[in-house]
Amino acid sequence: MTMGRRIPWQRALLYLVLVGFAAFYLMPVYVLVVTSLKSFAEVNLYRMWDLPHSFSLESFRKALLGGFGFTGLAHNFVNSFYVAIPATLASAFLGSLNGYVLSKWRFRGSNTLFTLLLFGMFIPYQSILIPLVQTLMKLGLYGSIPGLILAHTVYGIPITTLIFRNYYATVPRELVEAARIDGAGVLGVYTRIMLPVSMPGFVVVMIWQFTSIWNDFLFAVTIAQNPAVQPVTVALNNLAGSYIVEWNVQMAGSLMAALPTLLVYIFLGRYFMRGLLAGSLKG
Amino acid sequence: MRRAVALLFVGLLVWGLVGWAQPGKEYVAASETTLAAVAQEVFGDSAYAPAIMRATNAKSLADPAYLKIRTLDMKIPAGAKLWVPERAWAEAFMAFWDPNRPEDLFGGGKLVVGSWWTAGGEAEGLNALFEIYDEYYPDVQIVNATIAGGAGFVFRAVIKPRLIAGDPPDTFQLHAGLEVEGYSPETYLTPLDKLFEIMGWTEVLPKDLLDLLLYKDHFWGVPVNIHRANVLWYDKAIFEKYGITPPENWDEFFSICEKLKAEGVVPFVMGNAGGWEAAHLFETILVSTLGAEGYKGLWTGETPWTSAGVTEALEILKKILDYVNPDYAALSWDGAGEYLIAHKGAMMIMGDWTNGWFMAKGYEDYGWAPVPGTRGIFDALSDTFCLPKRAPNPINALGWLMVCGSKEGQIAFNTRKGSIPARTDLTAEEKALFNPYLQSCMEDFARDAIVPSVIHGAAAIESWVTDFKDAVNLFLATKDVAGTQRALVEAAEAALAQMGK
Amino acid sequence: MRRRWLKGERLITLLLLLPSVIAVAVFVYGFIGWTGYVSMSNWNQLLPDYTFVGLRNFLKLFAHPRFQIDLRNLAVFTGLFLTGSLAIGFLLAVLLDRKVRGEGFFRTIYLYPMSLSFIVTGVVWRWLMNPGSPQMGSTGINLLLEKIGLGFLKSGWYTDPRVGIKAVAVAAIWQMSGYVMAMYLAGLRGIPEELREAARVDGASEWQVYRYVILPLLRPITLGAIIILGHISLKIYDLIVAMTGPGIGFSTDVPAYFMWETTFHANRFAQGAAIAIILLLMVSLLIVPYLIFSVRREAEV
Repeated sequence: MTMGRRIPWQRALLYLVLVGFAAFYLMPVYVLVVTSLKSFAEVNLYRMWDLPHSFSLESFRKALLGGFGFTGLAHNFVNSFYVAIPATLASAFLGSLNGYVLSKWRFRGSNTLFTLLLFGMFIPYQSILIPLVQTLMKLGLYGSIPGLILAHTVYGIPITTLIFRNYYATVPRELVEAARIDGAGVLGVYTRIMLPVSMPGFVVVMIWQFTSIWNDFLFAVTIAQNPAVQPVTVALNNLAGSYIVEWNVQMAGSLMAALPTLLVYIFLGRYFMRGLLAGSLKG
Repeated sequence: MRRAVALLFVGLLVWGLVGWAQPGKEYVAASETTLAAVAQEVFGDSAYAPAIMRATNAKSLADPAYLKIRTLDMKIPAGAKLWVPERAWAEAFMAFWDPNRPEDLFGGGKLVVGSWWTAGGEAEGLNALFEIYDEYYPDVQIVNATIAGGAGFVFRAVIKPRLIAGDPPDTFQLHAGLEVEGYSPETYLTPLDKLFEIMGWTEVLPKDLLDLLLYKDHFWGVPVNIHRANVLWYDKAIFEKYGITPPENWDEFFSICEKLKAEGVVPFVMGNAGGWEAAHLFETILVSTLGAEGYKGLWTGETPWTSAGVTEALEILKKILDYVNPDYAALSWDGAGEYLIAHKGAMMIMGDWTNGWFMAKGYEDYGWAPVPGTRGIFDALSDTFCLPKRAPNPINALGWLMVCGSKEGQIAFNTRKGSIPARTDLTAEEKALFNPYLQSCMEDFARDAIVPSVIHGAAAIESWVTDFKDAVNLFLATKDVAGTQRALVEAAEAALAQMGK
Repeated sequence: MRRRWLKGERLITLLLLLPSVIAVAVFVYGFIGWTGYVSMSNWNQLLPDYTFVGLRNFLKLFAHPRFQIDLRNLAVFTGLFLTGSLAIGFLLAVLLDRKVRGEGFFRTIYLYPMSLSFIVTGVVWRWLMNPGSPQMGSTGINLLLEKIGLGFLKSGWYTDPRVGIKAVAVAAIWQMSGYVMAMYLAGLRGIPEELREAARVDGASEWQVYRYVILPLLRPITLGAIIILGHISLKIYDLIVAMTGPGIGFSTDVPAYFMWETTFHANRFAQGAAIAIILLLMVSLLIVPYLIFSVRREAEV
């Protein structure tokens, strides 16, 4: 349309549609923010869309620290970090190794192996849930944060491998060849050539993994329901299901549970996008 | 002096009547002796030595004036202070102590109590029990392991894997009745028959409740309270405004509904966001159409699910759906209760925990009656505490169970939780400690025929409860009476086969 | 000499892969095998009972009214979710591709829901789609519609069994359509302007340019989006848990929800395993051909 004649009303319509959709996407956030900021006296389901008359952080305080008869999300927040950070690092590291080997040291059957690994990214986790619970019990890791870390690390391997393999494929063969002529072995090439250029790859992978682990519910609700180790998604769901917890506290809790990934998205959006697109394979 | 003795005597008598166990008495060794000799002297049986050792060691943790006893055959020096437990406690200890666990002779340690009582009056009631426990067992550190969510649904999903993994709490909450089947009690729980016998609980609990507590001929849990499921709550303001009295039967109920609907009031409110509330309602309707015996027979195979009473109950539920609030799928029972508080809805059927919730909301304009057609029948559920086989501190848990079963514990707990004691031996003064609703409830409980609630784990095994709940949930959309009855028949056949009936 | 050196290196590469390969072999394939085994066992109470019963659990499941509803719901949900997300995503991408001022701003807004947990989405949308009632008043979206004079559009949303799962699909589209937009936008940017120009020079209308030039070129992206959204859709669970639960008459129930409930609440492990296997088969039908196709094609390049 760059060359065509611009008709003003068409242009206006275009912006109208764009703004309309923006309103649709922002609507829930509006309710979240407005409700969280209302004082308890002001919270009313039938005045959901009204702006708050006064400014109150009481809901956040309650959602974090708890109130009469319920515990706050503060320690669940910490739990989520305890799970997400180690699992992200471990799966990113494994993915980087796999990606390196599968892109630069292909062997007979390496494509088949890659396909088999990738399949693990798409399976419905329901199909491994029962044995996972049984195995973690045998290992003494059921109901613990290490158990959850293990699960997230293992089931993160396929996607991290995929992203790194595609990323390393862009590193020119000549660089690898040159290093080998200099006498570098498999590990030498990895540490001297690949790792130094891996930073963007790691950022993409880690953002992706952190977001999906933070947002995970199924593993958390199955493995770590014990309140002491519950991540924030499970605790939030329980909070929302409990009749003594006011509606604005639930909203404040939701907002806080969303915040870390939202911040990552806002400040590292470029890498976030790259992860999203990498997640869709190479078409 | 005489007065002092008399007072002491009265005091002891009161303790005895209350059925309280832990207090014992101080014993000072006159000359060098052994535990076996002391046991022989006090209990007439030297085998009670371990009980004295445990009691004294527990005491010495709080009060170093008492002797610390290291081994069962240790010489007790002259002048040493021992603590001799009461006979009932000693008997219970001997019945449940495993001689392969010498660590249980030293007292102290933790008591991990698992429950889903996280909120409001329930949490207060639990705390009251903790306070009593702490008074008698100051050597034990109590760990309150509560898990919120879905009337115990979440709790049960958490506790089962822990049982299987051999990592249970010392004791946990369990609905009285067939819910226990879901925990495979023969494998994972300790039968408590001996404790019931020693504490005389079989004398003070109503027979219907005792029947309910028996599974595979054993007691697996100690009941602390009773809730009633078949209560109709109504807004007095609306009833007065339109000159209505609580309905005694379904015909009256529906004519009230007609009248109120014409006035623009929601005649009947319910919620079903939890997925079980409609099934709760249907259960109470079944009680009304089948009567106490007929309803009980549904769960034992004596009343066929093909019977006309079941059809009638489904027809009633179907008709009720014409009068309910349209947003019931989005509301939980308390959300539905808001209609009453706002005087926009007239009636609702829910268990008597509603009473506590109304009070917490500062709503006083409500009345109650039995669900239409269920006068004289008490649809009951009861919370109990059990003893897992692999409890890390079984003797501490034993003390907990005694607190739960005691009159003192039950009064402290139930006045706060808003339920009535499972024991029926309360005096008039003790009953006066409860609020008006609970007092009327106690009267009904003592007088009415008691039937087990199915949706709250009493009447049927868990898989049957699930199928029952699912059938009702489906009915809400299909309103297919014949099809739903067929599904209920099939569920019953499958469950009865699994139960070996 | 050189060969042995190579052999040593080969060994090292394999050693590097080994932890992941073992982990995936056990945790993915081993576990799936075990679930398959459980699905053909009699383990329908708390204690395992591995008596082999063949396909009995599957047959019972397909005869189960709840499961039949679940499958229907899943089909409706997937259909709506896919078409809705693809249509909106494509529309937004095309609009944003027209040298829009503030493109980055709009893009950020359209895409942010993707960074949220389904639990958060579910909790918020549960309140938004809470319809209220004539007596107590409308709430959420219904209230908003009333306010802007579109009261006739009010709906019972998920509380109305006739709407049910479709309401959940709206929330899912809200969350994922931005993702489709991002994919299409990346694709559109990859199409050289000359191609469109050439078509226009040939006298094609703007509509025809999109229909006959752009859309065919974006086909791989559409396929990719269908695969990604499709497998998310078949596995949908969190959103249902937080937003509606199984709903009146199971109007918002899906197999994944049924699986969790029957396994971990009703102790029917064999039945739960059977549902899981059916889910796996459905996802595999979608994924396996695509995986083999794309990895093979890449190898050929």
